[in-house]
Amino acid sequence: MPSLKFSWGFDPPHQSDTRTVYVANRFPQHGHYIPQRFADNRIISSKYTVWNFVPKNLFEQFRRIANFYFLIIFLVQLMIDTPTSPVTSGLPLFFVITVTAIKQGYEDWLRHKADNEVNGAPVFVVRSGCLVQTRSKNIRVGDIVRVAKDETFPADLALLSSDRVDGTCHITTASLDGETNLKTHFSVPETSVCQSVSQLEALQAVVECHQPEADLYRFVGRITVTQHGEEIVRPLGPENLLLRGARLKNTKEIFGVAVYTGMESKMALNYKCKSQKRSAVEKSMNTFLLIYLGILLSEAVLSTILKYAWQAEDKWDEPFYNQKTEQEKNSSSILKFISDFLAFLVLYNFIIPISLYVTVEMQKFLGSFFIGWDLDLYHEESDQKAQVNTSDLNEELGQVEYVFTDKTGTLTENEMRFQECSINGVKYREVNGKLVPEGLTEDSPDGSTAHLVTMPHVNHVNSFTASRFLIEVLFLQAVSLCHTVQISYDQADCLVGGDPFSHANGFSSSSMEYYASSPDEKALVEAAKRIGVAFTGRNGETMEIKTFGKCEKYKLLHVLEFDPNRRRMSVILQTPSGGKLLFTKGAESAILPFSSSGEIEKTRLHVDEFALKGMRTLVVACRHFSPEEYIDVDKRLTAARTALQQREERLQEAFSHIERDLQLLGATAVEDKLQDKVQETIEALRLAGIKVWVLTGDKHETAVSVSLSCGHFHRTMNILELLQQRSDNECAEQLRRLARRIKDDHVIQHGLVVDGASLSLALREHEKLFMEVCKNCSAVLCCRMAPLQKAKVVRLLKTSPEKPITLAVGDGANDVGMIQEAHVGIGIMGKEGRQAVRNSDYAIARFKFLAKLLLVHGHFYYIRIATLVQYFFYKNVCFITPQFLYQFFCLFSQQTLYDSVYLTLYNICFTSLPILVYSLFEQLVHPHVLQSKPGLYRDISRNSLLSFRTFLYWTLLGFCHAFVFFFGSYILMGEDTTLMGNGQMFGNWTFGTLVFTVMVVTVTLKLALETHFWTWMNHFVTWGSIAFYFIFSLFYGGIIWPFLHTQDMYFVFVQLLSSGSAWFAIIIMVITCLFPDVVKKVIYRHMLPTSTQKSQVTGTRFKALKTSGR
Amino acid sequence: MMASSYNAKDEDGHHSGSVSHGGAGTAKSKKPDNTAFKQQRLPAWQPILTAGTVLPAFFVIGLIFIPIGIGLYVTSNNIKEFEIDYTGVNVDSPCYTCANNFSWNSTTSCSCTVNFTLEQPFENNVYMYYGLSNFYQNHRRYVKSRDDRQLNGDATALKDPSNDCEPYRKIGVETIAPCGAIANSLFNDSLELYYVEPSGALNAVPLAKKGIAWWTDRNVKFRNPAGVDLPTAFKGTAKPVNWRKPVYELDPSDPDNNGFINEDFIVWMRTAALPTFRKLYRIIHKNQSSTSTLPSGRYVLNITYNYPVLSFDGRKRMILSTISWMGGKNPFLGIAYITVGSICFFLGVVLLIIHHKYDTRSNSADIPN
Repeated sequence: MPSLKFSWGFDPPHQSDTRTVYVANRFPQHGHYIPQRFADNRIISSKYTVWNFVPKNLFEQFRRIANFYFLIIFLVQLMIDTPTSPVTSGLPLFFVITVTAIKQGYEDWLRHKADNEVNGAPVFVVRSGCLVQTRSKNIRVGDIVRVAKDETFPADLALLSSDRVDGTCHITTASLDGETNLKTHFSVPETSVCQSVSQLEALQAVVECHQPEADLYRFVGRITVTQHGEEIVRPLGPENLLLRGARLKNTKEIFGVAVYTGMESKMALNYKCKSQKRSAVEKSMNTFLLIYLGILLSEAVLSTILKYAWQAEDKWDEPFYNQKTEQEKNSSSILKFISDFLAFLVLYNFIIPISLYVTVEMQKFLGSFFIGWDLDLYHEESDQKAQVNTSDLNEELGQVEYVFTDKTGTLTENEMRFQECSINGVKYREVNGKLVPEGLTEDSPDGSTAHLVTMPHVNHVNSFTASRFLIEVLFLQAVSLCHTVQISYDQADCLVGGDPFSHANGFSSSSMEYYASSPDEKALVEAAKRIGVAFTGRNGETMEIKTFGKCEKYKLLHVLEFDPNRRRMSVILQTPSGGKLLFTKGAESAILPFSSSGEIEKTRLHVDEFALKGMRTLVVACRHFSPEEYIDVDKRLTAARTALQQREERLQEAFSHIERDLQLLGATAVEDKLQDKVQETIEALRLAGIKVWVLTGDKHETAVSVSLSCGHFHRTMNILELLQQRSDNECAEQLRRLARRIKDDHVIQHGLVVDGASLSLALREHEKLFMEVCKNCSAVLCCRMAPLQKAKVVRLLKTSPEKPITLAVGDGANDVGMIQEAHVGIGIMGKEGRQAVRNSDYAIARFKFLAKLLLVHGHFYYIRIATLVQYFFYKNVCFITPQFLYQFFCLFSQQTLYDSVYLTLYNICFTSLPILVYSLFEQLVHPHVLQSKPGLYRDISRNSLLSFRTFLYWTLLGFCHAFVFFFGSYILMGEDTTLMGNGQMFGNWTFGTLVFTVMVVTVTLKLALETHFWTWMNHFVTWGSIAFYFIFSLFYGGIIWPFLHTQDMYFVFVQLLSSGSAWFAIIIMVITCLFPDVVKKVIYRHMLPTSTQKSQVTGTRFKALKTSGR
Repeated sequence: MMASSYNAKDEDGHHSGSVSHGGAGTAKSKKPDNTAFKQQRLPAWQPILTAGTVLPAFFVIGLIFIPIGIGLYVTSNNIKEFEIDYTGVNVDSPCYTCANNFSWNSTTSCSCTVNFTLEQPFENNVYMYYGLSNFYQNHRRYVKSRDDRQLNGDATALKDPSNDCEPYRKIGVETIAPCGAIANSLFNDSLELYYVEPSGALNAVPLAKKGIAWWTDRNVKFRNPAGVDLPTAFKGTAKPVNWRKPVYELDPSDPDNNGFINEDFIVWMRTAALPTFRKLYRIIHKNQSSTSTLPSGRYVLNITYNYPVLSFDGRKRMILSTISWMGGKNPFLGIAYITVGSICFFLGVVLLIIHHKYDTRSNSADIPN
């Protein structure tokens, strides 16, 4: 323990690699112990407290560039003599900050509520010799906690004892990783005897373990129990650790010592990571903001320069009627210059749309509900609806160019059905619960062998068939013993008996259900049971099987767990006759090389044949140990398992020592059914211009045949292969050959098959060449992929020069890397647990839902948000350009054109709601049309609605409209003839109000022109906004406001409206603004219609048909 | 479609019983509601801008706008307007001496007389404006240089007006009433109009000085401070620097038009939007007799020249104008309506051709896939 000793000199516990936990906090009496400090068991998922909410939330909000910008503007307004009052930018900023703060505060309040519930939950802790009820948050590391049946564990506990004699318990980790199977956890024999509080009180034990880490499946530690003055050291692994959040099942109660508490528990560590993905729209939004900032700065600079050019002459600078104040005269010219520049900055600052971010946020937050609400994305069988984990990426769904999909569980059901097997070189097929050799039917005369398997009691067998029978039985036994399947009995049984294993022998087989984390295993065990070798239970360290009605008990000595690198698992058993036997099961590439006997070649052939049919294959082998061998094996395993340092490596070493010289028994083939409508979905994605890549861990033949059956590869496709490349040069050569073939033959479509090994070669040196080939293939299939490689492929595509938008779909833990790497990660709520779903951005129940998610929702969200962004910039250009133009007529004196209240409310009241409602409900094309014509997806690909051209169009449109408002009003009033019937005159505020009125109406109607889907809400907010503007203005101008020190707007609006000319002017200016836009739209629609526009026509016809059909 | 989904739900119910799926039977189904709102199926009007739908609108706009435009244009053309510049820039202009000998200190006012002829008689009410050019009433420093509270008769503001009035806030210890640059620069030329009878006699044209300011300004926004009479009310305040007389002597003849509620003052206080502006000065009401308000003939304009504009290249004008319901002479609206209406009509024709040539229906068949 060198590291531990080293750490004793330091106080901070995280400095050392391990933590020492004294069970029940009984610290050693002798003094060289310095207690380590651990976190308490409070779970804090909330971000804020009542006290720090305001400062912390403000700090976080002002880290956003836009908010910070407006804060600066606000501060500038406070400091210098500005044309507009600080309120004009302070109030919108306050509004935006408040809305965001309310949203975040509400979310945090929910989290607080959940936290309090969790932290206040009652738990039982052993303290000073008795069981004390306390709150969950009071648990300290070292406390002994009692957990009763069906309760969740309040902290990460090392299991000490259960009410069972062997000290085991069952748990489910459904809430952690979604695996619903029962898992057995163990306690070490020395502590498992302490089943009562008094016995625990006498327990002297120390747990040493690693510092907390997020990996749910890793726990390395050891427990030192002092019994009768003698220290016994036992290893602790994940099977001894009960994770917080897991639930105790089938066990009355357990005692455990808390090792990781609160925020240091594995569950808490796992919830911390949140994806920080940003959508392409947000990126272009930021670019646009920068451009606008540029416009703002150049307008301010230009105005400042022009101001000084004008001021050069005294008669303009300071005519007799408008003398400067003393202060103005005395301040230094540099200071004045700077303050002038800042004043212009303040005057024009509204060109940066302040409410853009908050509107986008609300749009995304509210809009994302539609995905969850969609009935078409709801899966009846599993009662799962689509789930949105991040609403930040909604529009990215409309931009996908590459889809990376996992195969098992994503394209397929992950519902395994045992189909065939190969035993000792003979192929069998399962027919009605019987194994029938290949080429024979059940009734054929030569079918005796088949009957042999099923009816072993028949005695007239010759020696040949006897040996064959033996090996068949051994094969079936291997299948039914080498696994981690759990048995659960139905509910009634459980309630009565409590412990199902107490009547393990009396069960009826119908009430028994297998639970397995891997569906393959479950299918195999079930198949073995059908055939006659039934796994009936695991009782402590013995496994029971019924071989053709005869009960056999095997003592389970060791389990060599499955891991994705080894791709196999093994069990070491003691047979009823006392022999030590190893069964191993795994991928053919993981077993065949280590097999020394058996029909290796024939089996390999059969495995390939199975794979060609698209079935998943596993190879089964065994090894008999002599007693001496076993002692060696046992020693190695125990040593590796108790090691504190480099345990994993040492275990791997031990495993590879044990799993060799295998006797090959045979192979199994399990069929995994394709999911519903996979072919249609892939076809739709392809038509939408999305390239689909299938990434799978399966072997090449299986993968290709599944690819063909799911329509990923066509029969007409020219399939290129990049397989089993051993060296760099070879790989490069092959790549070049493929590139040439594509060039020669560019008429037909190409499909590419790559395997993991070749891929890593190709990626290492020939990325460019490889990308070249890939881009020209319409379908790519990568097989034999390790999880890390999946993520790597995604990253490669993501960072290629075109920077395409990628989407990854997967259902298993092995897809998490790729899901997190891709721009959009989609989890399939399948059978392989919740990990993919938890790490995904969106989760759907079936692959087929992807089509609607992308083609309809993605399309909608993209159109909505793109228009939202463009419109925001447009309306702010309209807003502020007249202000800029006005400076040319007021000596660049920074006089505002509009009243402060109008400046303040323009973005937050007069024009905010229509665009929000538009961005929630707009449907450019009918959803059915979008789904039936995937080609429409191409219309919005590559961020086309936010391209620089469209942005320029909207900005120029904004400028043009602003020119019309301003110069229209200018010409109307320019000669300054009266506009009223009584000869009275208007002033500057009336002029500004006229421009503002025209602007509000035009800007609102411009959005109305963009709206293609007018629900009652659109009508309400569009006409409501205009009406609100008029009513508000009448009200605002109708009162002498007691707290304002100027009454500039008093009756200005009423006077404006009392002028007939003003009405005529408003109408003509609005029409002049919108009318060219309408003409442009119509002409483009007729001359260069996009397919979206064409389908709008069919969409309406579709609707008309539907309504007429009803 | 609805029916099928309900069937499926029943099926689901049966399933959950047999499949031991973590008590799916008892848990409430997560199935989303089949409402129009949640399924984004709200009834909606889906307009599409095609030539077919836009065409009628264009023709209608064209057909409505052209007559309106013609109407507006004719109305504007019927308005008579007469404008004369009396600044006195040229040596031969009558006000040249007054303009060039201007001094803030002079106690005697300078007068000049401008003769002009109206070719046509002006009917109905005639409005007399003065116009200033190059006068930036919309300069920021100028616009804000006022205190509306003081002008509203607020006693505290009268004695302690807003700092915005600087540098026209105080003279020594006395506050200026009305304070600020706008008030200080009140236009103080007086204009008198005489009709030259064919006999040669000068006949003064009656000029009404009330009704030139907004009713709300005169009655609500502007109020004199409380006091027995105006001089007491304004006691302790100084007159603006440029003024010759205090605010309570603006119109001693009419107490209802004196002090802050003097209409000339109120009109001036409404700052103009642009550097060239007009302000209503007087109204010449229609005669009860049938003769025109201002018959054609020779007129004499008597100017008391108090207001210097040459220092900033300014110009002063006197304008006489009749008025219609839409205001003064302003051909812009009429021209705009006629132009837009004709363009609409023309484009309507163009679109009609497009509509016939490129029928959308025939195009819709070849959508990819």
